[in-house]
Amino acid sequence: MNPIGLLLIPLLTALLILLAGRPQQVRWIALAGAVLQLGAAILLYAAYINGDGTGGPMRLEYRAEWYPDWNIGIHTGVDGISIAMILLTTLVVIAGVLVSWKMEKLPNTFFFLLTLLALGAYGFFISLDLFSMFFFLEIAVIPKFLLIGIWGSGRKEYSANKLALMLMGASALILVAMMAIYFTAPVGMRTFDMIDIVSTGIPAEAQRFIFPLMFVGFGVFTALFPFHTWVPDGHSSAPTAGSMFLAGISMKLGGYGCLRAATWLMPEGAREYGTAIVVISAVAIIYGAFATMMQKDLKYLNAYSSVSHCGFVLLGIGLLTKTAITGAVLQMVSHGLMTALFFAVIGMIYERTHTRQLDELGGLMKVMPFVSTVMFIAGLSSLGLPGLSGFVAEMTIFVGGWERVSPVYRVSTILAAMSIVVTAVYVLRAIGRTVMGPITKTEYLTLTDAGWHERLAAIVLIAGILAMGIAPGWIVELITPGAQAITERIGSLP
Amino acid sequence: MEDIMDLIYAMRAELMVTAILFLLLILKLGRDMAHDRLLSIVQLLLLVSAAVSFLPETDGRYFGGMFLTGGLAGFQKGVLATAVWLISLLFSDWLKKSAHMTEFLVLMLSSLVGMYFMISAGHLLMFYLSLELATIPVAAIAAFDLGRRSSSEGAMKLILSSGLSSGVPLFGISLMYGATGTLEFSVLSQRLDGSGLQITAFVFLLSAFAFKLSVVPYHLWTADVYEGSPLPVTAYLSVVSKGAVAFVFTSLMYRIFAPLQHIWYDMVVVLSVATMVVGNLFALRQDVLKRFLAFSSIAQMGFILVAVSGQSVASVASVTFFITVYMFSNLAAFGVAAVLEGKGWQRIPDLKGLSKSNPILAWTMALGLFSLAGIPPAAGFFGKLFLIGAGAEKGNWVFITIAGLNMIVSLFYYLKVVRAMFMDAPGETAGPAYVPASVRFGLIVCAAGIILTGVLPWVYRDISSLIP
Repeated sequence: MNPIGLLLIPLLTALLILLAGRPQQVRWIALAGAVLQLGAAILLYAAYINGDGTGGPMRLEYRAEWYPDWNIGIHTGVDGISIAMILLTTLVVIAGVLVSWKMEKLPNTFFFLLTLLALGAYGFFISLDLFSMFFFLEIAVIPKFLLIGIWGSGRKEYSANKLALMLMGASALILVAMMAIYFTAPVGMRTFDMIDIVSTGIPAEAQRFIFPLMFVGFGVFTALFPFHTWVPDGHSSAPTAGSMFLAGISMKLGGYGCLRAATWLMPEGAREYGTAIVVISAVAIIYGAFATMMQKDLKYLNAYSSVSHCGFVLLGIGLLTKTAITGAVLQMVSHGLMTALFFAVIGMIYERTHTRQLDELGGLMKVMPFVSTVMFIAGLSSLGLPGLSGFVAEMTIFVGGWERVSPVYRVSTILAAMSIVVTAVYVLRAIGRTVMGPITKTEYLTLTDAGWHERLAAIVLIAGILAMGIAPGWIVELITPGAQAITERIGSLP
Repeated sequence: MEDIMDLIYAMRAELMVTAILFLLLILKLGRDMAHDRLLSIVQLLLLVSAAVSFLPETDGRYFGGMFLTGGLAGFQKGVLATAVWLISLLFSDWLKKSAHMTEFLVLMLSSLVGMYFMISAGHLLMFYLSLELATIPVAAIAAFDLGRRSSSEGAMKLILSSGLSSGVPLFGISLMYGATGTLEFSVLSQRLDGSGLQITAFVFLLSAFAFKLSVVPYHLWTADVYEGSPLPVTAYLSVVSKGAVAFVFTSLMYRIFAPLQHIWYDMVVVLSVATMVVGNLFALRQDVLKRFLAFSSIAQMGFILVAVSGQSVASVASVTFFITVYMFSNLAAFGVAAVLEGKGWQRIPDLKGLSKSNPILAWTMALGLFSLAGIPPAAGFFGKLFLIGAGAEKGNWVFITIAGLNMIVSLFYYLKVVRAMFMDAPGETAGPAYVPASVRFGLIVCAAGIILTGVLPWVYRDISSLIP
């Protein structure tokens, strides 16, 4: 199976949405498209497992010319890491469409932009060419901007602007890094094709200069400290599905880019800056956790906790061992599912109570048992309860961290592990305030529980969380060869 | 006989436009034809002339090396003809209402012929003459809004600054003749050795180009002229006129002035940085749509200089490609602006809530602006990346980073317009605007051009195959 097939489904869905007239049709088209994407992703997974005969970690490769004068090609292929990210994306897309079922404001445009965002993510995850990767990364910027600006709440224009500009700034760094990789190669060997770049290699001197540009560029997308400031504003202003897509998919583009375009292409650079990445990530984890404690708005709370959780992703990447990188990818998938679930629940609560303030909520378990239970599950996964996805991911990163002997790594890992205590505090407190205790306002007594579409959205995401948490073997097995291919290039570590 | 046929084929673009020009004059002399029908005929002929220009062509020298032809020149002429055709579609409403439509078209087309000759010039004198032919009629049409003082003011500023920018290269040309003893391009490039006199002459020539491209610090005329002129003239100035000069400038720098490259590289870098920064910073503060587009087009010229500094085949290819894309993007924005001007909306705050009252117009405008900002899937993304790539060849990473950062600043003000259209509530005067069929068709062509020229690689491949 050619991975490009995966792009055709969202493309057709987007076109059909543009042609469709009534909102009723549009949401069914969007849902059908999302389910088909899941089907295609599962087919792709099966095709990957069956292999293409090469036996290497990168399979199902396809090459075609695009701009031959610049050696820009359409080069697609997947390894286990891409498959895991694609599966995550499909689940979040289905849940996002279902959660927005009752969208009344400009539904056609809304679902069109959601589909466009998904298209960008799929294209990004299957690209093996830096240029097309960058192309798909940028495609997703405008839908995010418009989703927040049109359907958002609060200081939406400010947040939309901040997000677009910070992400464009990050893209500018990636662009310079990309051009630098291209032009440091001798004439005739210049290419944007990552497989070719890996086989020719980038001079170590150049890596020292290019790696930080590339890593910081993609890092901004995944809330690298101190460039995380767009995350809280962007996530809390976005509409429910927008927050789910931002945290569940869009932030993962950054983590994936850090792995694929920075660490994989420039192993010497990764060795050189590994320690700095680990220290910064540890700071982000601790800072994010404490900042979350101070939040009173549920969406801000989840957004700040994303800063902390995405710190684990960067920590895993910075540790550079096979286990840690596997853990980082697991954390991306786990965080994607769990945070999308959390945002979905917050959206459901907000739609009914019209508030997200912790002080004003209370006792929702009595009137909305389903929503409240889902919130519990999301929270428990967030604080790393065994049996749910968060535990598997964080545990793997800590084990990977212990493989490095230098005290800097040890201390950072210990600090990161300790943040789980803080996570437990804010998660349990937030859930306790919201769903336990007496009902704070009389009008809450008449609230209804989740509708069928909301239940379905939650079930899809919970299924993913459980599939990872109870039986992590399959996904670890899926990711490890890709992680190994990256660490093999790095070589032995001090 | 064969020679003549050959010459006619080589000069088909020029002859075709001249024929349209005479046709217009003759029709004007005879009985009064309805503007509607006349304009439809002209639009059709312009489309044919654009199509004819794109026909394949071999290299040729005519009139003793004065007039050169080649595949790239044919393509560039085709792009300019397409732009003029689109202008005739997008502003058909304005043209029909104008009392002097024929004169307007005649002047615009004579300027177009001038640009054609400029692209094909093989001699500095030929270049100078065609530059004049390209400029002077534009000053006349800039004053076409007879009732408005600002229109005459704009035309006055244009003619004065053009006068200066004609004198400067003329002086440069005479110095160049003194320094090298020739004005023919092919001989000139062999005789350039970097002597003081040659460099002085070159700087004068460079200033003239900088004037025409409104490169900072030669940009001061641009905003006022753009604001004062009628919208079609502004569109013509910012797309066709700048496009033609950019074509010629890039080719000359690559082919003829290559021996002086060690001298002009730093000049171009400084001009480019200044142009991007100043253009962007001023565009941030503009409220009037026309001025906004004027300053954003100044910043775009700064990006073109990034590619010029690379001085390679890729520079010529990427500039030609970028101008093609820039034509579609800018004309999409201007076309929407023309419809809105019909409703009396000329300022950015007037665009508030446009996505609700006129969704198609708002999306077309947004597509054009995204393309200008360089965001995919719009072709401007590819255009900007190739420009930067062509400049990156020299390995001046500080320069490339500045260009990258300027893309963010430009995004900020393009998003300002998008924000007004999509996120703000409509004002009191909001309501659906009437979009005539020809304008709608023109906007569709622009939108299709914006999306297809980038995602499909054929236009760029075609361009780069034309460069010897």
